Amino acid sequence: MKYLRFLLLISFGVLLVYGSLGLPDRGDGEAVFNRELSPAGTVNAASYHIQNAYKDAATPNMVTVILADYRSFDTLGEVIVIFTAGIICYLLLRKRKVKHE
Amino acid sequence: MNRIDESPIVLIVCRVLSPFIMLFGLYIIAHGHYSPGGGFQGGAMLAAGLLIIRLALGTTLSELHFRRAWGLPAGVMGVLIFFAIGLVTMFMGGEFLNYEYFIIPGITGAMLRSMTILLVEVGVGLAVMGIIVSIYDDLMDGKGN
Repeated sequence: MKYLRFLLLISFGVLLVYGSLGLPDRGDGEAVFNRELSPAGTVNAASYHIQNAYKDAATPNMVTVILADYRSFDTLGEVIVIFTAGIICYLLLRKRKVKHE
Repeated sequence: MNRIDESPIVLIVCRVLSPFIMLFGLYIIAHGHYSPGGGFQGGAMLAAGLLIIRLALGTTLSELHFRRAWGLPAGVMGVLIFFAIGLVTMFMGGEFLNYEYFIIPGITGAMLRSMTILLVEVGVGLAVMGIIVSIYDDLMDGKGN
């Protein structure tokens, strides 16, 4: 039983490595998600962001433009998630003053 | 309650380190336009600067530094800054969070978007800092020295 576990782990590791060999290289211009046009023939979102991020927002850091401008609704959601966690901790954990009668 | 040995080395190191950590957090927020960084990371650094004082000096002394009651209002302020920017752009005729319609006197076009991104990052940083400090205070409520 113990050896079966190790065998499973190793076989899954080999499977992962084998799967990662099929991934495109980093920065490969010919990969599907890096091409200017998607397989359906429409303009890829990534290439639009790369070409227009500086023109649209005058900010050199493309990641900031995408996070705070193009995808600002998503960032608002993230902030609200953190805020909800804080509110829940406040409601559950903070001690209220108990009035002694 | 555990007795806590007050080591002067820990006290002094934390007191000296805290302002520099918070300064670096402000740098990360303000320099997010040019280098990796932004509101979340900078807010976490600001919270670290506050929490190191809390860990070293205890709750009674850190109350003089940053009050327990201030954590949650700071988080609410951050979320409200973000939301208010979206509402202003909506009432000025654009979509929600379409920064072209935000009003900063004297700035238009791409620069306006850039400056509004900075405002949004400040709001996010304030929210993250306040909420992290607030969660720490809630977990430590009444405990500690």
